[in-house]
Amino acid sequence: MYTISKDNLNSLYAKIASSYDLFMPIKKAGQTNYGFWNEDAEADIETLKTVKSGKDAFFPQVETLYNVNKTIIPADVAASDDAEKAADTPIKTKLEVVPGKFVDQDFVIFGMKPCDVRGIEVMDNVFLKDFVDNYYKSRREHGIVVSLACHAPEESCFCTVFGIDPADPSKSVADVATWIVDDKLVWKPLTEKGEALTAVVKDLLTDDSAVDSKVDAEITSITEISKKLPYANLSLEDWGAGKTDEKFNDETWSKIYQGCLGCGTCTFVCPTCQCYDIKDYTTKNGIQRYRCWDSCMYSDFTLMAGGQNRPTQLQRFRQRFMHKLVYYPTNNDGMYMCVGCGRCVEKCPQSKNVVKVIKAFENKK
Amino acid sequence: MCECGKSQDMLIPQVGIITGITQETPDVKTFRVNAPGGGKLFEHMPGQCAMVCVPGVSEGMFSITSSPTNKEYMEFSIKKCGILTEQLHSLQVGDQITVRGPYGNNFPVETEFKGKNLLFIAGGIGLAPLRSVINYCIDNRENYGRIDVLYGSRSADDLVKLKEIQEVWQNVPNMNVYLTIDREQEGWDGHVGFVPAYLKEIGFTTDCIGITCGPPIMIKFVLQGLKELGFTDEQIYTTLELRMKCGIGKCGRCNIGSKYVCKDGPVFRFDEIDELPNEY
Repeated sequence: MYTISKDNLNSLYAKIASSYDLFMPIKKAGQTNYGFWNEDAEADIETLKTVKSGKDAFFPQVETLYNVNKTIIPADVAASDDAEKAADTPIKTKLEVVPGKFVDQDFVIFGMKPCDVRGIEVMDNVFLKDFVDNYYKSRREHGIVVSLACHAPEESCFCTVFGIDPADPSKSVADVATWIVDDKLVWKPLTEKGEALTAVVKDLLTDDSAVDSKVDAEITSITEISKKLPYANLSLEDWGAGKTDEKFNDETWSKIYQGCLGCGTCTFVCPTCQCYDIKDYTTKNGIQRYRCWDSCMYSDFTLMAGGQNRPTQLQRFRQRFMHKLVYYPTNNDGMYMCVGCGRCVEKCPQSKNVVKVIKAFENKK
Repeated sequence: MCECGKSQDMLIPQVGIITGITQETPDVKTFRVNAPGGGKLFEHMPGQCAMVCVPGVSEGMFSITSSPTNKEYMEFSIKKCGILTEQLHSLQVGDQITVRGPYGNNFPVETEFKGKNLLFIAGGIGLAPLRSVINYCIDNRENYGRIDVLYGSRSADDLVKLKEIQEVWQNVPNMNVYLTIDREQEGWDGHVGFVPAYLKEIGFTTDCIGITCGPPIMIKFVLQGLKELGFTDEQIYTTLELRMKCGIGKCGRCNIGSKYVCKDGPVFRFDEIDELPNEY
């Protein structure tokens, strides 16, 4: 394992940023969130929970899928243009579809916590299985994930319930695992991509085998804290694959959903929520077709001309949690679509979070 | 499931040109679509859908109503009932749109349907997806047994593809067409009454596969009617419709239970629907 002094981290960021775009927790206006590092940015890897999870590194909040260029063609020109002729029909407005750009440069996501790294795994199952989403895929191929162990998990954390180890990022799908031990950052490459990044910053790192025992002690310390957290013993016993009938028809939903404002905050801070909308933006030369995050909590998410199909907030609330705790596991070998990051616990204005839902079903027994 | 199109980027459309428009009913038009250089944009199987888009307005999922046996063009029968469909109805021959697809599964015309008698039950614009199957079966007539079509609409003016039904379908050997409209109407000497009631009145035998599409309330009572006649869930197929954006099971809109209607459907057998939460 390698180490670098915490005092020297800004040199590390600068070195990475000289070769890659560096996406990492940045403190701005009192909040810490993912952003691109530059020399004026205030990097912050001490704050445990960034406001959002950093999933936008792979699934941006807004991205262009393609542009449609419109050209008006005078009728006489259209009629004489043989190549464009179909069934003797003159073309009046010519459309041209120009696909959006795929990411083709490597970039680095630094300081992602193990729960948020699991969030990437969850999205992989959506975007890379069956029909491959090439926009997501290009980001996954070029993104290098540096995960940081959670030095001190907080009260709203419950990642261990989902089998995530906050103490050891080397068990995640990250490319580099890091820990903060004393006044050092410990650096351990896990994959080929991680080795490549390590080679770039190697001059700043010290090969330090003596730190191994300290990392072990840090892992033990984090594990001990995790065990004592208030939600550490949440039970998922009755959830998971194949529980659709039993859970969908349960009376508990009609009580627990009450108070949900349908604001969608939970879906936007969630590391695993990946529902999206595709919309048009009319520009000077044509139309930009973009995709943006959407929320199943919104009343028009599924609304059709006939009023279907989830007209009530009860139905929408149930959909979100059934998707996370039953439908997704059914389609993905039991993996849950929740990572226990606790952001919804902290951010929901009505405290209608996933912990409340799991507990409501526990309590009725 | 159809494997075609999986290799290309399924979110990027192709440009299509409208080469024909038929006013079917006061609020339904059938659009003929070709690639700008002629020919079809892509191949499909009966029951599959495509995302049709008027750039700058919106995009929606529509069933491809023409049969794959039609090698020259694709058709979409579209009812005017919202922002996108109103815009589509204002288009003229020669206008360009974008189309992507095909999406979803298809009716099992080459497997479960083969060699069987088929009973199609449609209401209103619900004929659109079934027409693709019916014409496919007509064009491969030797592969199927008796074909019955029971089709109803609000009025005689609302029967989609009436000309094709009268001039083609009614002259196909071993094929019977039963038409009905909701209320009495001058100049109509055919049957009057709702589709489910007419279904029971005719009393079809259970030696066939039932395939139904129409408004949700009609499907509900058709299913009841078929059950009363002795049909089992495994003998009945339908096609579902929900709001869709991506068409490839990712955007989350058409999710019911562990299924996505856009990729796991739109065609479902009724025993499969029974397993879904009641939310469609």
